[in-house]
Amino acid sequence: MAMPHFIDRRLNPKQKSLGNRQRFMRRARAQIKEVVNKSIRERNVSDISNGETISIPTKGIGEPRFHHAPTGGRRDRIFTGNKEFNAGDRIPKPAEGGQGEGGKKATDRGEGEDEFQFVLSREEFLDMFFEDLELPDLVKTSLKEVCSYKPHRAGFASSGSPTNINVLRTMRNSFGRRIALKRPTSGDEDGLTQRILDLEARSDLTPDERLWMAELHKQLEELKCRRRAIPYVDPFDLRYNRFDNHPEPNTNAVMFCLMDVSGSMGEREKDLAKRFFMILHMFLKRRYERIEVVFVRHTHEAQEVDEETFFYSRETGGTVVSSALKEMLEIVHDRYPPGEWNIYTAQASDGDNFSGDAEKCIELLDTALMPLCQYYAYVEILDEREMELFQDPEKGTALWQAYRAVGASWPNFETKRIAGPGDIYPVFRELFAKQAADG
Amino acid sequence: MAEAAAKRAPEMESGGVAGPESRHLFEGSNWTFDTMGRTYDAIQEIALNDLGLDVYPNQIEIISSEQMLDAYSSIGMPLMYQHWSYGKRFVREAQMYQKGYAGLAYEIVINSNPCISYNMEDSTMAMQALVMAHAAFGHNHFFKNNYLFQQWTDAEGILDYLEFAKRYVAKCEERHSTAAVEEILDAAHALMDHGVFRYRRRPKLNLREQAERERERRQYQERTFNDLWRTLPRNGADMQPEQADVEIEERKTRLKLPEENLLYFLEKNSPVLEPWQRELLHIVRNIGQYFYPQKQTKVMNEGCATFVHLYIMNQLYDKGLLPEGAMLEALHSHSSVIFQPDFNDKRYSGINPYALGLAMMEDIKRICVEPTPEDEEWFPEIAGSGDWRGTLKDAWANYRDESFIQQYLSPNVIRKMKLFVLADDSTDTHFTVTDIHDERGFRNVRRALARSYDLGAIEPDIQIVDVDLRGDRKLRLQHTMRDGVPLSERNRDEVLKHIRRLWGYEVGLVGVEADTDKTSYEVSTEDAADDDD
Repeated sequence: MAMPHFIDRRLNPKQKSLGNRQRFMRRARAQIKEVVNKSIRERNVSDISNGETISIPTKGIGEPRFHHAPTGGRRDRIFTGNKEFNAGDRIPKPAEGGQGEGGKKATDRGEGEDEFQFVLSREEFLDMFFEDLELPDLVKTSLKEVCSYKPHRAGFASSGSPTNINVLRTMRNSFGRRIALKRPTSGDEDGLTQRILDLEARSDLTPDERLWMAELHKQLEELKCRRRAIPYVDPFDLRYNRFDNHPEPNTNAVMFCLMDVSGSMGEREKDLAKRFFMILHMFLKRRYERIEVVFVRHTHEAQEVDEETFFYSRETGGTVVSSALKEMLEIVHDRYPPGEWNIYTAQASDGDNFSGDAEKCIELLDTALMPLCQYYAYVEILDEREMELFQDPEKGTALWQAYRAVGASWPNFETKRIAGPGDIYPVFRELFAKQAADG
Repeated sequence: MAEAAAKRAPEMESGGVAGPESRHLFEGSNWTFDTMGRTYDAIQEIALNDLGLDVYPNQIEIISSEQMLDAYSSIGMPLMYQHWSYGKRFVREAQMYQKGYAGLAYEIVINSNPCISYNMEDSTMAMQALVMAHAAFGHNHFFKNNYLFQQWTDAEGILDYLEFAKRYVAKCEERHSTAAVEEILDAAHALMDHGVFRYRRRPKLNLREQAERERERRQYQERTFNDLWRTLPRNGADMQPEQADVEIEERKTRLKLPEENLLYFLEKNSPVLEPWQRELLHIVRNIGQYFYPQKQTKVMNEGCATFVHLYIMNQLYDKGLLPEGAMLEALHSHSSVIFQPDFNDKRYSGINPYALGLAMMEDIKRICVEPTPEDEEWFPEIAGSGDWRGTLKDAWANYRDESFIQQYLSPNVIRKMKLFVLADDSTDTHFTVTDIHDERGFRNVRRALARSYDLGAIEPDIQIVDVDLRGDRKLRLQHTMRDGVPLSERNRDEVLKHIRRLWGYEVGLVGVEADTDKTSYEVSTEDAADDDD
């Protein structure tokens, strides 16, 4: 017999199953989505970046075959490892659904396979999560003002600014023109001058030579004249690089997190706010290449801080919400020109505010901030009891009332009240629910 | 790197001019193509000259664990067409593997000529040796010699055919959309178990020629399949009843009804399928038929391979060719493969075919060599014959699980495995222990175990019995029930919907008790349509 044939296949293309996996995901899409939505309501934000083991109902991804039901009729079952049974013994059947010795048999035939379990990768999970969400007015704004322009090379032009002169093209034109018009070169001039100088250096010139010299002088004069008449570089030769401005979708976003950190905001409130910010951040991350996050905390005065300080340091003082808005406005003017950045704001507060400040907030938002922002989300964190009281959105703190008023005039301004982790995701989904819903 | 070099050093000593102190084929756990080749030769020597096995030429392919995962989610075939159900299997297997619930199979072997087996790169040399003995010789011999494989499968043509099928499915997806192809494949897969010729013998399939002749066959069928419908009476009322009956009988004969091969019938006779859709059914049917022998020989096939690897590894060790560590590793792996938990163990999931097969084959060897009086009474033809090799080879060649157990399950094995039988009558609140591993029970236990491997009993008997050509073209199926065992209802209704899709008209299924001819249930896709919408 011949030598065995060993073949090393390790370098063969991998992921042969990818096509199959994609076909499966497409197939199970509806079921997976339902499970994902359910799981989002229950899980912590910190898990959200992980994939998830999910069980989906087998409906739709079942592979039915004709086979016998696990029970019914008369049949013999055969087992191994008899211990104390004798022929004729009677064994009570396990209760319906019980995991008795007999019940196990049921899984052998696949009848028990009601749920199908597998791991969804992080990407797949988030895709499902975000699937029918859309940034508010994203489409609209990208058509209108979100565009920034970036110059793209677009051939050559005969006019333009000196910085854009294309030397190569210009010199090529100049060279061609000089050849065509027979402009004497500087070499021609030097040669003629040299010959004159040579003649002048001699003292024994014949009359013929004197005549010849006069002739040479005349030629030199003509040559110089011609060189003056035909410029080395004519404006006619000039060529400039031409640039067209192409509109480019803006891929930068900055997200402002504003939070009241005065004494009335406890651990619970901050925790809820954090989750809210994180989820917005993750959402933006999918839409934009680059996102910056700015944390602005405020008591009676506002301050830009890093994330750690934002969430964990304790401050005392009053509450002046408008200070945070002013701070944000300054930061925008300093660092984030709205032409280049999509600005998103998420604000969390417990609704406390210095009396009389609410009007200032309205004014700041209406006149300065809202025209700059793509989107502004405000959540007011209440405790469970307050949540009961404030069922009616019309009622609430002065700040709430004020923000409601802003919301009425700006469609990209949203306000919500939340009381527990369970409220966050629904709020989030509502905030970003497809605009299609309202027209 | 230093470690690897150190490990290789003794290997080179024993490899080249064999040192007198060690005749080992390899040392340590790393393998090289060199040690693989040398070990293969030693295994082959025992397999061919000692055991006298008869095998296809071997082609051993080394793959990564990821490729292994890929391969066995596509029903173990290297060149399977694409389908979502393989993706489903893949995500499940990948999860089991990643979480450590399940190891990967060490090998996959394909019934083809040359016989292709896949070995994993991560395996140690000891495992590679075990796998080569198991797959490249054990399974290979079984594939080449067992009558079912000889009769039903075409080892020469299968790879070419799969290649053809893969290309054909991809082409259809391109031309008719993935969804359209999926619809047909889903339906065909649902009928795969009922897409084989069970009772009627068919000539051996030549898959290569089939693929080549596909086009001609299609053209021919396009011309002829309409016959059935051209002669369809316009209206039943126009006809005399007797005349109609005669017509139906004639049609039934022509359609060769009843037909147990549902896929075959639909492929040939469905009034609504396009030629490419028929070809897809044909492909699924061929693949189902190719795997049909494997389904009937799980115990024998694995038993044979396990018996062969155990014998070969022991021989290698006895000859001093295997280092002690490698032998221990192989034995450890071997014993986990043949582990059989008791019925009340949490790990129990039915009878382990490796354990049963090996136990029976080892016992046949024992009966041939050192028979007891009991064996002489039960197996007079082989007891004490001494020719265990010949006896086993004869068994491997001429039996399938059911008949093998019926013929060879010995009282000794029944005692060792402590087999017992429970009667389960759905009208009774109790199970009854009917037989255990004692003198009175042996024959009944053996019969019950054999029957539990009879595909004819495991898989429901469903046949196409009539097509109502006069009226609504309804396809009528009959489920012949034995001992009142019903079908799983949810699955049943789903499969009927699939058949309806392939047939184009309503489909009815009637359950009839085999003994009494009494109709037990009757369902139709017409009833199910209401729930659907």
